[in-house]
Order: sequence, then C-alpha cells, then structure tokens
Amino acid sequence: MSAIVDLTLVELIDKIKKKDVSSKETTNAYIERCKKSKKLNSFITEDFDHALKKANAFDNNPNFEKKLPGIPIAVKDLFCTKDLRTTAGSKILNNFVPTYESTVTNNLWENGAILLGKLNCDEFAMGSSNETSFFGNVQSPIGENIVPGGSSGGSASALAAKLTPATIGTDTGGSIRQPASFTGTVGLKPTYGSCSRYGIVAFASSLDQAGPMTKDVKDCALMFEVMSSYDKKDSTSVDFERDNYLNKLKDSIKGKKIGIPKEYRVDGMSKEIDELWQKGIKIIKEAGADVIDISLPNTMYALPAYYIVAPAEASSNLARYDGVKYGFRSKGENLIDMYEKTRSEGFGDEVKRRILIGTYVLSSGYYDAYYLKAQKVRKLIKNDFDQAYKNVDAILTPSTPSSAFKIGEKTDDPVSMYLNDIFTVPINLAGLPAISIPAGIDAKGYPLGLQIIGKAFDEQNILNIAYTMEKHINFKNEIKSWWI
Amino acid sequence: MTKNKSEYLIKRNKNEYEVVIGLEVHAQVLSESKLFSDSPTKFGAEPNTQVSLVDAAFPGMLPVINEFCIKQAVKTGIGLNAKINKRSIFDRKNYFYADLPQGYQISQYKNPIVGEGSVILDLPSGEKVVGIERLHLEQDAGKSIHDIDPQNTLVDLNRSGVALMEIVSKPDLRSLDEVNAYVKKLRSIMRYLGTCDGNMQEGSLRADVNVSVRKKGDKKLGTRCEIKNVNSIKFMQMAIEYEANRQVDLIEDGGSVDQETRLFDTKKNQTRSMRSKEDAHDYRYFPDPDLLPLEFDDQFISNLKKEIPELPDVKKKRFIEKFNLSPYEANILVSDIETSKYFEEVIKNSDVKISTNWITGELFALLNEKNLEITQSPISSKNLSKLINLIKDGTISGKIAKSVFEIMADGDKDPQKIIDEKGLKQESDPKELEKLIDRVIKDNEGKVKEYKSGKDKLFGFFVGQAMKVSGGKANPQLVNEILKKKLK
Repeated sequence: MSAIVDLTLVELIDKIKKKDVSSKETTNAYIERCKKSKKLNSFITEDFDHALKKANAFDNNPNFEKKLPGIPIAVKDLFCTKDLRTTAGSKILNNFVPTYESTVTNNLWENGAILLGKLNCDEFAMGSSNETSFFGNVQSPIGENIVPGGSSGGSASALAAKLTPATIGTDTGGSIRQPASFTGTVGLKPTYGSCSRYGIVAFASSLDQAGPMTKDVKDCALMFEVMSSYDKKDSTSVDFERDNYLNKLKDSIKGKKIGIPKEYRVDGMSKEIDELWQKGIKIIKEAGADVIDISLPNTMYALPAYYIVAPAEASSNLARYDGVKYGFRSKGENLIDMYEKTRSEGFGDEVKRRILIGTYVLSSGYYDAYYLKAQKVRKLIKNDFDQAYKNVDAILTPSTPSSAFKIGEKTDDPVSMYLNDIFTVPINLAGLPAISIPAGIDAKGYPLGLQIIGKAFDEQNILNIAYTMEKHINFKNEIKSWWI
Repeated sequence: MTKNKSEYLIKRNKNEYEVVIGLEVHAQVLSESKLFSDSPTKFGAEPNTQVSLVDAAFPGMLPVINEFCIKQAVKTGIGLNAKINKRSIFDRKNYFYADLPQGYQISQYKNPIVGEGSVILDLPSGEKVVGIERLHLEQDAGKSIHDIDPQNTLVDLNRSGVALMEIVSKPDLRSLDEVNAYVKKLRSIMRYLGTCDGNMQEGSLRADVNVSVRKKGDKKLGTRCEIKNVNSIKFMQMAIEYEANRQVDLIEDGGSVDQETRLFDTKKNQTRSMRSKEDAHDYRYFPDPDLLPLEFDDQFISNLKKEIPELPDVKKKRFIEKFNLSPYEANILVSDIETSKYFEEVIKNSDVKISTNWITGELFALLNEKNLEITQSPISSKNLSKLINLIKDGTISGKIAKSVFEIMADGDKDPQKIIDEKGLKQESDPKELEKLIDRVIKDNEGKVKEYKSGKDKLFGFFVGQAMKVSGGKANPQLVNEILKKKLK
C-alpha cells in the first residue's frame, strides 16, 4: 500500500470509506509531513491540534456519506475561517481572527473536510511568485529557491509537497492556474459566479473566483463539486443547476471541437512552450477531437486592460484596511496621520503599487482614458470568446509563457512579472472557466501546464477534456523531497 | 417652470438681486433594515448595537440589495411624478473617514433609480411647479462623536448602511417661503407614501442647500455655493439668507463668488468655507463590482403603482370639488396625511362646513397649544363628529359647544354625556324662550323705550341679556326672532 500522502484525494476517500485508514491516521500523516516541511514556508497558520480533535471526532462518529469524509485540507489564507487567524498574506491583517466562515470553506467542512491550516499567498493575492507575502516567500517542492508561482503559491507548494491531499485557491488573473502549472498540479478557475465570494478577502471583485487545486483531474472534479454553490450572500453568485461533476467525468472527447487561438503564439515564446502546445494538439487529435484554428483578435489588449481594472477595484476594496476597526493600527498624531502610518507600514510594496495605479486610473480626468477604456476592451475580449464559441466547444492554450523561475529573479521588474499572466488574464476578464493540467517538463525538469478554456458554466466539458488529456499525457510529478 | 409669484429680492444700492436656490434633500428610507444588510435601523439604540459584519466592512463581506428599499425609492419616484429608470447602477464613492467603514459609500452616480420629476408648491400666491432633477439611493455613514472622550473620537456605526434617498431639485426655488413650502411638500408626499417619516429631529430629513445670486433679469445663473447638511427648515432659511447676502456683498464690493462647499454655524448664524473647488474631493466613482446593475420591469413598477395612496395634490382637488372647500382650507387639510384621514373620518357622518371650521380652528389650536400631532389628538374623530352633529341639529349653540370641546379635551368624553351631565342642552322651546324674553323686557323698560325711539343698536343688548339669563343655553336664532316680534 502506498503511503497515505501519496494517494490522490479520490483514492484516499475510498480508503477511508473502506476503513483501511482512519481520519486520524490520515490527519496525523499529513501533520507529520507538514512538520518536516517548514522549510517550504507553505503555511502561515497551522491548526494541527484542532485538526486532530476534529479527526478523532469524525472517527468516533463517522459519516461516510459525506463527500470529503474526515479529509484534512489546508486552504489559502485568503478565505476567512471562523476563529482562525486570516491574514491575506498581509501585515495589516496580521492579528485578524474572523468570527465568520467563507461560504466556500464552509462547503468543505459541511462535506466532512477538516481544516489543517492556512496557506501562504501573495499579499492580498497580488503577485505571481508568492514573493509579496508579509510572511515570507514560499519554496517550490520542484527545486530549491524556485518560486511556486502565485498568488496561490502556498497552496501549490503544499499540494505538490504532499502537505495536503487537495487545496483551494483564488484566481483573479491566473493565481490558481499559474502556480498549478509551475508545480505540476491541476488547477481550475471556475466560471465567475460559480463559487461564492462571501468571506473571501477581496482583491478585484469582478475577477476574483475561488477554485480547486488538486493532484489530478478526478480530484479536481470532486473538489469543484463541493465548493460550488449558489449563495444569496454574494449578489454576483449565479443560480444554476450544479452537476455531479465527478460522476459525470468521462475520458471521451470524440467529435469535440477544440479551438487553437493564433494570438496566443506570442512574440518570443519559448520553443519548449510551443512544443508543449503542439503535443497537446496532437493528443487531442488522437483522442478523436477536431482541432480548429481560431482567432481571438483582442488578446493583446487583455493584459494592459487587466492591469487597469484589477488595481482600480483593489484600490477601493483595500480602503477598508485603515486601522480603525480591526487589523494592524499604527499610532498617529491625528486621524490622517494614523491612516498614513497604518497603511504605509501595513501594506507591502506590490500592494501599494497597485493601490497607486488603481487610484490613478479612477481619478477624474483619467477615468475615461483608462478605466472606461479598459472596460470596453473587456467587452471586446468577451465578444472574441463568444464568437469563437460559435465554432468550438473549448480552447487549448499553454497556461504560462515559461516554467517556474528563481526566487528573486523578477522581483525588481514588475512588468516581466505581470507578463506571467498573459495567457490567463483574458479568461478572468471574460468570466470563463479554465483548467490548467500538467503536460510536460522543460529542459530544467520543471513542470509545464496546458490550459483548457470552456464556455461559461461548462466546467464539465473542460474537466472531461482535461481528464482525457491527462490519461494520454500520463504526467508523473517527480518530486524529490529535497527539503526534508 | 411657472413664473415667480412670491418675490424675494435683495436690494443693495441701486441693484436688485434674485436668489436662486436648489436643494439636495437626504431622506431616510422608512425601512426595518438597511440598504445592503439586514441590520435594524431603529432610532436611538445604544451605539454600535445595530451593526452587521457588512456594515462594519469586515474582510470578505458583500452588500446584498434590500428589495424593500428599492420599492420605497420607486414609490417615491412615482409620488414625484418622475421617470423611473428600469436599469440603474450602484457606484462606489471613495473617500476616507473614520465613520465610513468601507472607505467608500455605495451610491448612485450616473445612472440613478429615478430621473426627472416635479413637485407642486401651494403658495399663498398660488401654485408653483418645482423641477426634480433626480432621486438616487445611497448608504448613510456612521457617526463620529468628538465630545465624549477628550483624547479620542468615538464612532457609532448604527447609521452605517442605512438607506437614504437623495432628492435633487432643479435650481427652481426663489425665496425662503418657497424653500419652506418645498421641504414641507416633499415631506408630505413621502409621509403619504410611507417611504420616509420626515422626522427632522431624528435626522430622517436633511438637506444640502445650493445658493447663488444674480441681478434681477439676468438669465445666466451665478456661481453657487453648497451649504452642507442643514437639518431644519429654519436653519435652511437662516443659512440661505446669510449666504445670499454674503454673495451680494461680495459682488457689490467688486468681487466675485467662489464655488465652494460651506458649513452653516447655527450658533453664529453664519456660513463658513469648508473647502474650495480646488480642494474638492476626487471621489473616484466607479460601478460597484460587488453589485449587479439594478434592473426591474414594467410589471414591478405597475404593481407598486397599485400601492400608491391618493396623494395630496389629488386629494386637494377632490376636497375642493366634492366638499366645496376653499383651496386654502383644502391645503391645510391635505398637507398631512393623518390630518386628512381625521377630516375624512369626521365628515363621514357630519356637516363638512362645520367640520372644516372646527378642525382647522379649535382642534388645530388645541393641538398647537399642547404641541401634539393629530394622531395624538385628545379628541377622537368619532367624538368630534358627534359634537358637530349636536351643533348642526341645534342641541347646543356654537358657544356652548366650545365649553363642551374644552371638557372633551380632558379625556375624550362623549359630548352628549357632557351635555346631559351639565345640563347644557340648548333651550329651543319657543314658549320657554318667550317667558325668558318677557322677563328681559320687563327688567329693562328704559332701554326698551330708547330702542323704540330709534336706537336700533340696542337690539344686540337685548340678545346678550337673553343669552345671559339663559346661562348661554338659549337658541340664539330663536331669541333673535322672538325679540324682533316683541320689540315691534
């Protein structure tokens, strides 16, 4: 029998249901490994004692009808968890303990899962390498001093290092898919409105979406099924019939039409990425799908539009962190002085940079030229996808323009950091679902991902395509536990 | 706009200045819960006891529109004869303040829920139509309290998130009387609709006042100043008077008015500069991404139209046409919905003319004296109706009725019982009255002589004597008739 931590989530649930292992054994196995893996810095807050109590309680009175029976899960520290510190990776929320639970995490616990701890992330989910976290950068298990990606870097690191059987992240411009791609794991950004935003620390409200990060596609289908729900507490939550995604998962894509957008062949794209993409196309064809060349003509405007819309919303969303009601407060001579000191000391550089950009693009005299124009671009990008979906069922692209890079390599050059999101942001702007699956390795041996983009609320379809491709690719995440 | 009838001009040297006024009235929506949360809105609760996680802007908390508040705003729009916008957008108005937990106020900027409308003012000189520019919904902020703790400012978030309607008038008002009439009319309409209680002491109705002046006859509007957050009609009038004179003085001294936001100091009776146009906040308005555009259909509006009661203008017209009231009387009776209800209850079984006189006369005087609302009237509409019927059928005279009314005011007694107990029934028996009058004539032989020799004025004296002898109970009409006969 393979070790508990080597099992996929679905395999683990099977073992628990068969009583081959208990929740306590499982939880202990993960805690043991977490304790040996501090060097990765994946966790901001551990909740091990509490997790063990919960595991014991489960074992004493097990309910195997639950979808995640007694499964310990660590989550990104952007989800508010009742009575457990929630920091969003920021000093300004360093001491913040919510009295409430986010809807998405609540769905996990309602389905039998147990909170293992809170995972590191870029400060307020702003970053692509987990280097902006107040709690320090995160090591990727794929190699020492390599970034796990971001902003859900702690989630990707913990998952790939087998510190949690599955996890959840949030994706505003690629924050689930890029770290998944960097660590050889599966990450799904659901359709906007599919997972409730209630209780998730907001970055950019019109783009933020929670989603699963898992070892394989089956786990992903199950986690998504548990996370997604209609929620009246989120006005942008959409009331549609959620499927039984795992049960309906099938490895057949015969007759499906898959679009290949020419605009994603960007200047200076590495040969490795291009080869990976070709490999994906070949697999799809072999599986019986039709490959169709398509055009998404406004793709080149997506990144600049994103870096206007997201900071604009962020500048307003982060105004509430003012030292008045909760979180960090610095002493000041008067109200304005207190605000300035609190926010100067409480926020890191990247967050400040985005607040400045966002404030600027919303200012009178600049609003039309930036914010309004970006909104128009957003509409054009959405139209591009609508047009494309008249002819295809899904779209295949690389997840990222490169594999993982070294810690510190891009911190001095925000623009090159932002370019990491070039293949992922158009999907957030259009509100569509997309999944990243591991598809190969580069010359350095680092994982590379392919992204499958679907129609709105067509998660089942992209999960099926991902599942089919996964079987053909047969990717093995060769992680040597170098940090232990 | 109709032509101005109630002129208010400021004279300096040889110049006459017209004052142009526009109001932005902030009316608290009458609702059990807040605009985007389910916290209660009760006035006067202990500080910070009506605050949800949403109102206090905790991380990850999201606003959810309270549909009842939307209905209230639409109803108000209907009451203002305004265009209802089936699609409107909530925007964020960004600024930092300690009592603004989100760091922004959710308001409506470019796409308000209600567009242009109008309000009819009933002025002594006649009617005047005042244009409404728009009505939009927004959240109230909390309250900063500076005078409890010497070191710190305390914040009460009970009001944070309470729904307000901002009703913006066109710059159509020209005098203090018109401001008074406008605010009262708005208040009246909203109270009829049940969309705002209009209670100014509790801050349910406040206004930002825009004032500018221009030489009489000028077409172009002068530069305006905005006086923020004035919370009574009296203060509005005082602030306008001060501000208009200040602006005239500036112009007369060869200067010009700067566009700015000003505050009214109620103690000094002065306005003072708060911030200039250059220092104006850049609120960085943008659509709130947490809320979808607010959309409803014609059915939604027509359903609400069915709930709209008869409003003061229509009621006034009906009172004039159906009950033959003067416009003045009708105005008084319809200005407050409760008064109109009281009136209609009384006249259900009583004479309209007498009822009108008694309600606008004795009853209003009584309420005024005791500082009561009509809903707190010590005399019920039922008993007032009885009293009026007793006058009408001659059981008591108007004079006796006044004393009965006074007794009724002390505990809402049935007037018939009062009359029976005190023996106040009017004497209308001609035989009894003749006896009484014979006595008066006999006792005043000298005066009778004088009268008969042509001193006609003495007739009133005999009436008075007869009334006095009867203890006020004699039917004055019959006394008149009998006296005339006897003194021939």
